[in-house]
Amino acid sequence: MNVYMDNAATTMLSKEVYEKMQPYFMGEYGNASGIYSFAQRSRKAVEDARQIIGDAINAKSSEIYFTSGGTESDNWALKAVADAMEEKGRHIITTKIEHHAILNTCGYLEKKGFRVTYLDVDSEGRINLQDLENAIENDTILISVMFANNEIGTIQPVKEIGEIAHRYGIIFHTDAVQAFGHVKVDVEACNIDMLSASAHKFHGPKGAGFLYIRNGIKTGSYMHGGSQERHRRAGTLNVPGIVGMGEAARIAVEHMDESIKYETDLREYFIGKLKENVPHIKLNGSSSDRLPDNINVCFKYAPGESALIMLDRKGIYCSAGSACTSGAMDASHVLLAIGMSEEMAHCSIRFTISSDTTKEDIDYVVENVSQIITKLRAMSPLYEHYVQETEKQ
Amino acid sequence: MNKTVVVGMSGGVDSSVAAYLLKEQGYDVIGVTMQIWQDESETAQEDNGGCCGLSAVDDARRVADVLGIPYYVMNFKKEFQKNVIDYFVDEYRKGRTPNPCIACNRYVKWESLLQRSMEIGADYIATGHYARISEYKNGRLSIRKSVTARKDQTYALYNLTQEQLKRTLLPVGEYEKEQIREIAKKAGLPVAVKPDSQEICFVPDNDYAGFIERETGEKEKKGMFVTEDGEILGEHKGISHYTIGQRKGLGISMGHPIYVKEIRTDTNEVILAEEEKSIFSTVLTADNINYMGAEKFEPGMEMTGKIRYSHKGEKCVVKACEDGKITLEFANPVRAVTPGQAVVLYDGDYVLGGGTIC
Repeated sequence: MNVYMDNAATTMLSKEVYEKMQPYFMGEYGNASGIYSFAQRSRKAVEDARQIIGDAINAKSSEIYFTSGGTESDNWALKAVADAMEEKGRHIITTKIEHHAILNTCGYLEKKGFRVTYLDVDSEGRINLQDLENAIENDTILISVMFANNEIGTIQPVKEIGEIAHRYGIIFHTDAVQAFGHVKVDVEACNIDMLSASAHKFHGPKGAGFLYIRNGIKTGSYMHGGSQERHRRAGTLNVPGIVGMGEAARIAVEHMDESIKYETDLREYFIGKLKENVPHIKLNGSSSDRLPDNINVCFKYAPGESALIMLDRKGIYCSAGSACTSGAMDASHVLLAIGMSEEMAHCSIRFTISSDTTKEDIDYVVENVSQIITKLRAMSPLYEHYVQETEKQ
Repeated sequence: MNKTVVVGMSGGVDSSVAAYLLKEQGYDVIGVTMQIWQDESETAQEDNGGCCGLSAVDDARRVADVLGIPYYVMNFKKEFQKNVIDYFVDEYRKGRTPNPCIACNRYVKWESLLQRSMEIGADYIATGHYARISEYKNGRLSIRKSVTARKDQTYALYNLTQEQLKRTLLPVGEYEKEQIREIAKKAGLPVAVKPDSQEICFVPDNDYAGFIERETGEKEKKGMFVTEDGEILGEHKGISHYTIGQRKGLGISMGHPIYVKEIRTDTNEVILAEEEKSIFSTVLTADNINYMGAEKFEPGMEMTGKIRYSHKGEKCVVKACEDGKITLEFANPVRAVTPGQAVVLYDGDYVLGGGTIC
């Protein structure tokens, strides 16, 4: 039996999306920029997708720019704002738990002379709004706070963050890669000026994503070349990818309420079963403001890397921390930021489910997790000591 | 059920063939590459030639794919930092010349890797070392010299415990290097032709002193070259630049050869001697003794001692062994007995044990 529980890493392309993309590989292969009717059909497909995505986040279709994915969107948002606003200011505010696409881009901008404030988060992974307000300086040009965290699933108070940003006239960008397609995202209600998303996180294809840029936000070109995407992002449009992303977004929005309910119920079932079967565990992140698909658990004194390998041997695919280039695991910067010790961070595993996950899957996973964790703990003298100590108390 | 073995894979021919041979012998083989020191900064990519860089991972993954075995990269950066890099820096700062491969084998490979391999359900670990494991005549497990004498790697393995040896397989030690290459070719293993790794993997440019300064964040203090009589000969660049017996690269011109005889950390002096024979000695003391083939060392025991990796070995006799220290006397004087290096003791092909030269 194989159980895929790494939907935050990527999702399976849905069948409808696959079928919708098919014609654009061979039959309808026209370059969407062409003037003839054959190309215009590709163009139409692209613009339909743009409309669907604009509607999905309550934006105008003209505010949606297609990219190659979340990382590109994040890079674009930060670098382009920094570029365009350099005269006005050189200070950026973000958080310690952002995805590396944001953190490393900020690092790059710091080398270029920008100042970056990395906000702390509380033990559940939420930023403090007062901290945010205190961090604002006269020359703050951008606030970038992720919509929901990819590792622990914590959803930020995005609306309030946007309000603060706008009160001070600062651009607000949010990395919504984990959120879009999973929870409701409304750029108007949440005061969002820029938003990044990626198709393969919601059953769309890899290599397609978008950046929402509110009309009126000044950014120069990100990719220089042809006139695609209003001159802002040159390059032949990835028609099948864009069509697939549009279809995936359409399906996600259409089924949003039922998938939220289904996944949340399943998530709670999973957490409940784990608590029942495995002692000394802790749910990382928030129990209330949490993505429906995310379960991140610390199995005290059971090394996560070994657990992942043993789960893999049982056909259970999940992850922990962020993999470095080689594929080895490093302690998660997110878990460290919520105050965990490096040791406990190394004992944490992330399971991310989807609407395709079943109760049977979860029963299988819990059964194996329970066995594996018991085995690993039996080899850990630290665990023995820990149990003795907790029993004394 | 088949026994499971984790093979430490570097992508090179030896560990790749080790994995292949064990699979042929009927083991369930799991390939693992140990991530131990790789600098992940943008600039440091791909100029490392060591056994654990990114290209090593790519190569090992490819081999595992051809063999059809599961493959994982495990993170040992912390263990390696503590047991190898920190120790390496510390020893140099004390004027000693460490052997990081011995420390890596003992604490990272045969302690941490073995532990994690047990965690994932393995019965053994294996590597591509040119050495064998056999029972010594007293029934204890011992590391025995490889069939390929010139590739012999027993020196770096003397520090393993009986428990560790019990859980170790070294399939490559039974073959000649040429045979190993032949097997790789026949099995269609995509091993890149790369030079044998000999340098210290985490200092690919061989600039130990520079590495130590980067690690500690402090510039090393310069000091004086002096003769044994205390005559000042010039300025040295900091003691970690030097090792006992060194002649080249001293940056001092005397019109005749001159050798490092001693490194004194208390006065930050490097003692130079004109006579090469003055850096030969017949007696040495070692501590941190590991008993392998031998259950104990007693005065009068005759063995062969190797005082560095490249040393061919010299007959010696135990003068004393007490308080965790052993004193050895060599039949013929040995050149440049270097504190921090290991003395490894043999009976023929068998490693009896060894210790760290004081």
